[in-house]
Amino acid sequence: MKAVCWCGTGRLRVEEVPEPRIVNARDAIIKVTSTAICGSDLHLYDGFIPTMQRGDILGHEFMGEVVEVGPGVTSLSVGDRVVVPFPIACGNCLSCQDGLFSLCENSNPNAWMAEKLWGYSPAGIFGYSHLLGGYAGGQAQYVRVPFADVGPIKVPEGMTDEQALFLSDIFPTGYMAAENCEIRQGDTVAVWGCGPVGQFAIRSAFMLGAGRVIGIDRVPERLRMAEAGGAETLNFEEADVLEALKEMTGGRGPDGCIEAVGMEAHVHGVAGVYDRVKQSMMLETDRPQALRQAVQACCNGGHVSVAGVFGGVIDKFPFGSAMNRSLTIKTGQTHVQRYMRPLLERITSGQIDPSFVVTHRMSLDEAPGAYRMFRDKQDECIKVVLKPWE
Amino acid sequence: MVTQQQHGVVSEVTGLEEGGAELGSRMGVGVAPGERGEGRLAGMDVEQVARGLGWLSIGLGAMQVLAPRAMARLIGLSDGSGLVQLMGLREIGHGVAILAARDPAPGVMSRVGGDGLDLSLLGAAMVAGGDEVDHGRLAGAAAAVLGVTALDVACAQQLMSHRESAGEGRGAGAMLTGRKGKKSGALHVRSSVTINRPIGEVYDFWRNLENLPRFMAHLESVTVLDERRSHWVVGAPAVGRLEWEAEITEERPGELLSWRSVAGSDVDNAGVVRFRPGPDRGRGERATVVDVDIRYSPPGGALGRTVGWTAAKVFGEAPEQQVADDLRRLKQVLETGEVVSAESPRGRCIG
Repeated sequence: MKAVCWCGTGRLRVEEVPEPRIVNARDAIIKVTSTAICGSDLHLYDGFIPTMQRGDILGHEFMGEVVEVGPGVTSLSVGDRVVVPFPIACGNCLSCQDGLFSLCENSNPNAWMAEKLWGYSPAGIFGYSHLLGGYAGGQAQYVRVPFADVGPIKVPEGMTDEQALFLSDIFPTGYMAAENCEIRQGDTVAVWGCGPVGQFAIRSAFMLGAGRVIGIDRVPERLRMAEAGGAETLNFEEADVLEALKEMTGGRGPDGCIEAVGMEAHVHGVAGVYDRVKQSMMLETDRPQALRQAVQACCNGGHVSVAGVFGGVIDKFPFGSAMNRSLTIKTGQTHVQRYMRPLLERITSGQIDPSFVVTHRMSLDEAPGAYRMFRDKQDECIKVVLKPWE
Repeated sequence: MVTQQQHGVVSEVTGLEEGGAELGSRMGVGVAPGERGEGRLAGMDVEQVARGLGWLSIGLGAMQVLAPRAMARLIGLSDGSGLVQLMGLREIGHGVAILAARDPAPGVMSRVGGDGLDLSLLGAAMVAGGDEVDHGRLAGAAAAVLGVTALDVACAQQLMSHRESAGEGRGAGAMLTGRKGKKSGALHVRSSVTINRPIGEVYDFWRNLENLPRFMAHLESVTVLDERRSHWVVGAPAVGRLEWEAEITEERPGELLSWRSVAGSDVDNAGVVRFRPGPDRGRGERATVVDVDIRYSPPGGALGRTVGWTAAKVFGEAPEQQVADDLRRLKQVLETGEVVSAESPRGRCIG
């Protein structure tokens, strides 16, 4: 089968690889019909995440058709059309039973690596380094899905792939980011980063009762998409974000501040060398500028919600601001399994059509170019959907 | 002593300095926690010291790479910033080797080598430098490097001897320990895990000893011979297959199970596993905490003398990690019904 393989920093190849097989009773094999490139895949592409190995298959946003199930999977049948959540979760451990699926205690066979880095291990994730399990991802023609009786949900007839696909990650991720702001009716929410997750955070904040949402970015087409979602916008290259937010909120600051940027440093020269060292130290080149700003901007007693991916440690975090002003900081990899069904409801009832975010549709063979285009924000690229069978 | 915090798994391992012959008599129920003091340096955990040295390497290396001229001036060289940058890159390499590796010992050993290189370069600069150098500053730099070298050597020795006693006794580690005349191979491992199943179920699973190979990776089989005795077969790549007979020395259903190998075994070992109620997190049904405490000692017989038995030859990787991984698999089997696998196809990136 064909698969998008990571062959080193900035080097992807679409290769012919062996097809996956059922290993455990609760596995299923999915024939992938649509898969997307996530902003967090760019961190892998750029070599920011440690423990990637040459030949690893990428991709954690995917959906498709069930072609084989293990004897332990009774909830799915061959032929079912399903969308698969990006964290792998057993459903049996204390964390899963608390609804904290991205903290599944059993799904990361390389938990010791994560324990070295973070103290304890979160769940395994498809196609996202050996630190997070070493599972092959879904940017391939087939993928093996462990605990298939817990994760995948069936897609209703009549719903297109592009409407359902983003239940795998970015719609629940944006939604959980908004939910973590504990929005009260009429609150003002600011969103740093108007990439795909930011776009869903904006729309989710409105769903949860926000009166105003302010999107912050510098890429014109992303700001336009935020406006289309009902947000006011700030271009951080043109405005002093802290001043502008203060003015826009009557001197109080936004009630909720969502960070949807993460570690996205593009630093050159001497500082770039230093960043390389930090990367090899598994510290990432976390550029927490948006996070610092979100803390500083938030109103007294407000909520800072971090959806962006961070890997290691950050410098100069304004913790005094957070402590003295009673801020609540909430974060986490998304507990996708918790949100899939309620958000599917919102799609079927017409409250949202997630396909708005798609700007490019390409074949799997075109993945290397698609990654480059997405990273460099060429051709007004916001979200790429890859079709493995076209 | 190394303590490892894991997700619901805590394990520690203690190297024992006592002779193996008398160890057997002290094994069994209620073994005391291992001696503290092993694996410590100047009152700090030796791995903490190693991490500190790793960060020192990163910081120093980064300064040398980013501000080579200032660093050259600091140590008394008027020129040589290119060399300082190279030394900086090397320094960063040591730090990465220490901090990113599962076992910091080789990284710290590499620092010792680097210290030697630094000292010889400083010496060469003093001899050849003439007016180009500030001899007072060079001497100060050399003194600083000597001090750090002493710490590096002490840390490396501690790590190596600890590694040996923990069963990783290969190469330099075995050499160092051998020189100190310690009895190698004796081993004490403790580990804990929390399992979201009722205590009776967890106990029963373990009590059926033939289940053990399902989660103990090195165990090929356990055959139950009668109520108390069982036959264990372990695959040990370095010395082939090892077998022994074990007998249950105490059992308290839902609470405790202990065993020991019988006289004449390939591997003298004894262990106790305790079961206690864990958190219920408001669900009404409590999870189970499993605490495992195992001691191994070298065989006293011909095998020990001829093949130089060490725990490493039986277990390969760090034994505390092995036991922690075994318990993680026990948790997987009991909670999910299977041993989790990430078996995946992968590309070859050729061409």
